[in-house]
Amino acid sequence: MSIWVGEDAKVLIQGVTGRQGTFHGSKMVEYGTDIVGGVTPGKGGMTVSLHDRMVPVYNSMEEAVGETMAEVSVIYVPPPYAGAAIKEAASAFQSVRGGGLVVCITEGIPILDMVDVVNAMASYPDVRLIGPNCPGIITPGSNGGSKIGIMPGHIHRKGRIGIVSKSGTLTYEAVAQTTGIGEGQSTCIGIGGDPVQGTGFIDCLEAFESDPQTEAIVLIGEIGGSAEEEAAEWISANGTKPVVGFVAGSTAPPGKRMGHAGAIISGGKGTAAEKISAFRSAGIHVADDPSVIGQVLADALIEAGLRDS
Amino acid sequence: MNIHEYQAKNMFRDSGVPVLDGVHCKDVNGALSAYQKLGRGTVAVKSQIHAGGRGKGTLLCPDTGDVQMEGGVKIAFSEHEVEEYARNILGNVLVTKQTGPEGKMVRNLYVEAGCSIAHEYYLAMLVDRSANSLLVMASEQGGVDIEDVAENDPDAIHRIWSEGRNGFTHLQCSELGSALGLVGESCNSFSDLVVNLGGLFIDSDCSMIEINPLVRTVSGGMIALDAKVSFDDNALFRHPEWENVRDLSEEEEIEVRAKETGLSYVKLDGDIGCMVNGAGLAMATMDVIKLYGGEPANFLDVGGGANEDQVTTAFSIILEDPNVKGILVNIFGGIMRCDIIANGIIAAVGKLGLSDPLVVRLAGTNVDEGKAILKNSGLNIHPADSLAEGAEKIVNLIQGGV
Repeated sequence: MSIWVGEDAKVLIQGVTGRQGTFHGSKMVEYGTDIVGGVTPGKGGMTVSLHDRMVPVYNSMEEAVGETMAEVSVIYVPPPYAGAAIKEAASAFQSVRGGGLVVCITEGIPILDMVDVVNAMASYPDVRLIGPNCPGIITPGSNGGSKIGIMPGHIHRKGRIGIVSKSGTLTYEAVAQTTGIGEGQSTCIGIGGDPVQGTGFIDCLEAFESDPQTEAIVLIGEIGGSAEEEAAEWISANGTKPVVGFVAGSTAPPGKRMGHAGAIISGGKGTAAEKISAFRSAGIHVADDPSVIGQVLADALIEAGLRDS
Repeated sequence: MNIHEYQAKNMFRDSGVPVLDGVHCKDVNGALSAYQKLGRGTVAVKSQIHAGGRGKGTLLCPDTGDVQMEGGVKIAFSEHEVEEYARNILGNVLVTKQTGPEGKMVRNLYVEAGCSIAHEYYLAMLVDRSANSLLVMASEQGGVDIEDVAENDPDAIHRIWSEGRNGFTHLQCSELGSALGLVGESCNSFSDLVVNLGGLFIDSDCSMIEINPLVRTVSGGMIALDAKVSFDDNALFRHPEWENVRDLSEEEEIEVRAKETGLSYVKLDGDIGCMVNGAGLAMATMDVIKLYGGEPANFLDVGGGANEDQVTTAFSIILEDPNVKGILVNIFGGIMRCDIIANGIIAAVGKLGLSDPLVVRLAGTNVDEGKAILKNSGLNIHPADSLAEGAEKIVNLIQGGV
């Protein structure tokens, strides 16, 4: 098991003919992801070469899902068109196969476009959105696996640790360290750092909690907002598996001034110290230094009787 | 991106959000003719800078640092006062609690007609990230710091939310008006104002609008006496008109240059320059440098798909800081390819002639190619395999160790 994406998931790439779409498409195929097609409006009928595979291009998501029965789409479409691409994917998955997963990598989507998208997602109750502005999701397999996004594949290894993070590159750091202590990952998700987004920490924690393959969780947050505090509350009330946490930004000086109203809406929450203290109260094993996430995880597993040394 | 009050008020006027007559000017003569144009009555002479707290700020002479005048917003009752206030404001540095002690040079002035105020309110509109909608927050206690109201009297702040990206209805705005104690014509005026403001917020891709104070006049109308508007930078592609209202002199020159190249840079006080990909990892890198006894000189996120030019620009920005004694590059490549970073580092060192110690930690996509490029370059680059090793090395190198 794993969460949301199986090792053999069939995946489409929206924006497959663009520079990023083709580069990362090739890396995904190389890793073992089953890329079954791509979508670029106006380029239907073409094929794109991704690593050692020729992939058909479709004009629309509805056509692509209908032809391939793919269950996942990953979006590398530029910001002006990315909101529409998410909605197109969600609509196609819901109508053609009754559900699916949309992963939006694009950075720089206007916030009002995302307000629109996240509200529209209510019409597609069986479709999940991850991102935008995120590294994606990966489920390492026994042989290859499913890498959906921009993360470097080679640092992952199949295993029992679920990882969720707001930050892209910091997720890789955590992954490399879990692999470094001889553990592997069930699924790793970068939820992205945009203020309005699809999947949040708690969605991931719930899924990891009920996934039998996942035995421990690494949760990586950063300063700003209150998602970490809410995640800590959820863990306190519902969590049964060991959780290791890190919050980036302990040494960041008070940042660029947020507007008055912005400071209010977060209710005074948002500093690393507050988040770390919320983590500790929820029984989360906190790594004070990002270089020791792996070590803290090893200790937590030993304490939980899941590892000998 | 922020704009000046006078620019925000032009937008308000065009969108049916009531404001007083006013004239933007840049010198004392302009202020005097504005006074003529506004009918020689009571006027407000207002410093225009991208920071709040102007009324309670202090104007300093940029050369001597001597106090020129208390208060960056003045009520003038005569031509003589307009001249005096304009002279004390323009070309001087305004320090408010939002500018930091260095303050901001005032280059723009707004002379605005007066009105008879019956009561001051607070109103802000922004995106509520948890509700995925627009939010209006309003309070009967205007003209004061909203943080203080939130802390001391949270029940005094009333809120309404939009249906997604759609604006606000007259019904919900009237209810909000009633909650603020407004009745009759004042409540109708308030409702129109908020509905129109919602339209402006959406059409102009704002990230925040704050009106403090919003006033009820003696005759019962509602008027935006102040106006603070910020735009969502991500929406620049559909707002070419923003270039006309952008005041680059209000932004940090080096941060503007960084942003133009697609970099995110914030200067700090330490001596170890950092170049990292990803905001989270950049913050974590600073955390670890400090943990090993060093002090970061900056936050610099080279972002997703950097090219050689961007890496060169990043290096030159880091090296412009005279405090920098060494550089730590920490790249965990996902969308970023390590070979591109490696070539960028070599190009930058070739162009800028780096004498400070340089530690480079590469990991992720195309890492082997990247490491080989650095190794074969013949440059004196200290490689590191982990973040901790990189931080420890650079701290030791600048402290004369290793």
